[in-house]
Amino acid sequence: MSAIKRIFVANRGEIAVRVIRTCRELGIETVLGVSEADRDTLGAKLATRVVCLGPARATESYLKVDTVIEAAKGTGCDAVHPGYGFLSENKALAEACAENDLVFIGPDPANLEAVGDKLTARGHAEAAHVPLVPGGSVKTLEEAKELAVEVGFPMLIKAVAGGGGRGMKRVDRPQDLPGLFDLAVSEAAAAFGDGRVYLERFVTVGRHVEVQILSDGETVLHVGERDCSVQRRFQKVVEEAPAPRLSEGFRRSLCEAAVKFARHIGYKSLGTVEFLVDVEREEFYFLEMNARIQVEHPVTEAISGLDLVALQIGIAEGAPLALAQEEIRVRGHAIECRINAEDVFDDFHPSPGRVTQVWFPALPGLRVDTHMQPGAMVSPYYDSMIAKLIAWGETREAALDTMQRALSACALEGVKTNVALHAAIVGDPDFREGGVDTNYLAGLLPGLITEEDAA
Amino acid sequence: MSGLTRSDIDDIIRLVEASNFDELRLEMGDVKIELRRGGGVTMQDVPQAPVAAPAAVKQEAAPAAAKSETPAGGGKDVPSPLLGTFYHAPKPGADPFVKPGDEVKTDTVIGIIEVMKLMNSVPAGIDGIVTEMVAPNGELVEHGETLIRIKPL
Repeated sequence: MSAIKRIFVANRGEIAVRVIRTCRELGIETVLGVSEADRDTLGAKLATRVVCLGPARATESYLKVDTVIEAAKGTGCDAVHPGYGFLSENKALAEACAENDLVFIGPDPANLEAVGDKLTARGHAEAAHVPLVPGGSVKTLEEAKELAVEVGFPMLIKAVAGGGGRGMKRVDRPQDLPGLFDLAVSEAAAAFGDGRVYLERFVTVGRHVEVQILSDGETVLHVGERDCSVQRRFQKVVEEAPAPRLSEGFRRSLCEAAVKFARHIGYKSLGTVEFLVDVEREEFYFLEMNARIQVEHPVTEAISGLDLVALQIGIAEGAPLALAQEEIRVRGHAIECRINAEDVFDDFHPSPGRVTQVWFPALPGLRVDTHMQPGAMVSPYYDSMIAKLIAWGETREAALDTMQRALSACALEGVKTNVALHAAIVGDPDFREGGVDTNYLAGLLPGLITEEDAA
Repeated sequence: MSGLTRSDIDDIIRLVEASNFDELRLEMGDVKIELRRGGGVTMQDVPQAPVAAPAAVKQEAAPAAAKSETPAGGGKDVPSPLLGTFYHAPKPGADPFVKPGDEVKTDTVIGIIEVMKLMNSVPAGIDGIVTEMVAPNGELVEHGETLIRIKPL
């Protein structure tokens, strides 16, 4: 493996700018693939060269594996960075890169296969002795009663052949189990032609805590955890690192479990292992692994001082990690707010349009990752995230204060944004206390919107 | 100088002259060459030894008058429907699908765009006379890039 000289950036928006930024620092040339809608973006202006992949729709541009490969080869690139989303965890792209002498800046196809399918990933977690949500398949009511002792209540009875949220029954008390079990089995048989069911513990109070992994194939390291519990309809809104209110022992077990999982599947590259933390029982369960750089990676960079994109490129070049676990130190606290072009008071509908003004104050401890410029078009074809504000402080309090100042001072005009929502979260006493669970934001919203309407 | 002979330089000059390019900057090991159409050839030994960067070639659109063979010129741009390698002919050595002066119909094939070994025929899209071959043969074209120009009938 040799030094990468020219990277094809197969993504858009803020992450394209992020990758290009590190490449500019390292003296690596970049070729950005854009759709027709993204020809005039900041990324297009900063890349060494730009080529148009296709029309605005992602399926006709960013998601076309053949076009991306053709563009990367045709512009003399030796590597492809897939960003996040789009084709970042697409096995076909990773394979096509390998077949066409292009370095895929991510894990190999075998790794992608191991973690791409949730069930396969869970199988690996089990084999690696990493805790999973307690549960299992059962054939009879007797087996269900037996397993219920371990699984506990409330629990879910799920149809093995079900999916998309269908075929699930929630059982709150042991006495409800026999009736609901029989119902679940007959409904599953009727709806899916397969009466098999399995039980799974239902975690009522859960936190989403994930661990950043770095591996060069031999050395597997972690760079601490992130808490991403502030979510709306399973979309992350605010993330932070470290995760507040976790005991040192718990934090360490979590990170070690993540490393164990990554090592077990022979993972090579940068990745994140996601866990569900059962707050009441003080246990954690493996959820899945994301084999890509994540949106919220800046909070980890803020507390560790590392450039994760640079490390990811180095791993892809075949260089061994020049880091030992003991050398990775985290300091202070970081929070990230995802600024979206959306109308908070109209069910969060995306608010595309032309940004007339975009300005963020230069505060100590504030980092802004964005592709916005005055005059930029926020088009309706892609997700609505337009900027990430990342605030770092020696303490969580200090980070929150800096974020509050940034949200008050910033100027974003021309489109509606969720800045007011973030200001409400960051100012909320419950959030300030730290350690909120995944029910938090849904609980905060109704009160928020009524207030604003009344104002 | 590392590895480049006088004959190599002559070849490079000839290739650039025959192309649409106006400028070439080439770094090989510790030699740097700059070629500019109408200007001279500059060569220098780069003092440090950087990692050899691949050639940074600037492609300037050649003036239409120099390339167009029909006096009428002009015509509507036919944009590329795909990103890929544009070929003027069905296969190497064969006659091109069209040349300036040819009359074409909407569905006349005017070229092929190859994407990962898959050949895609490009139709003219309008009835008219081909006025100019804009995108060079065998080169990467992006989505929306002008392939040829056709004067509508």
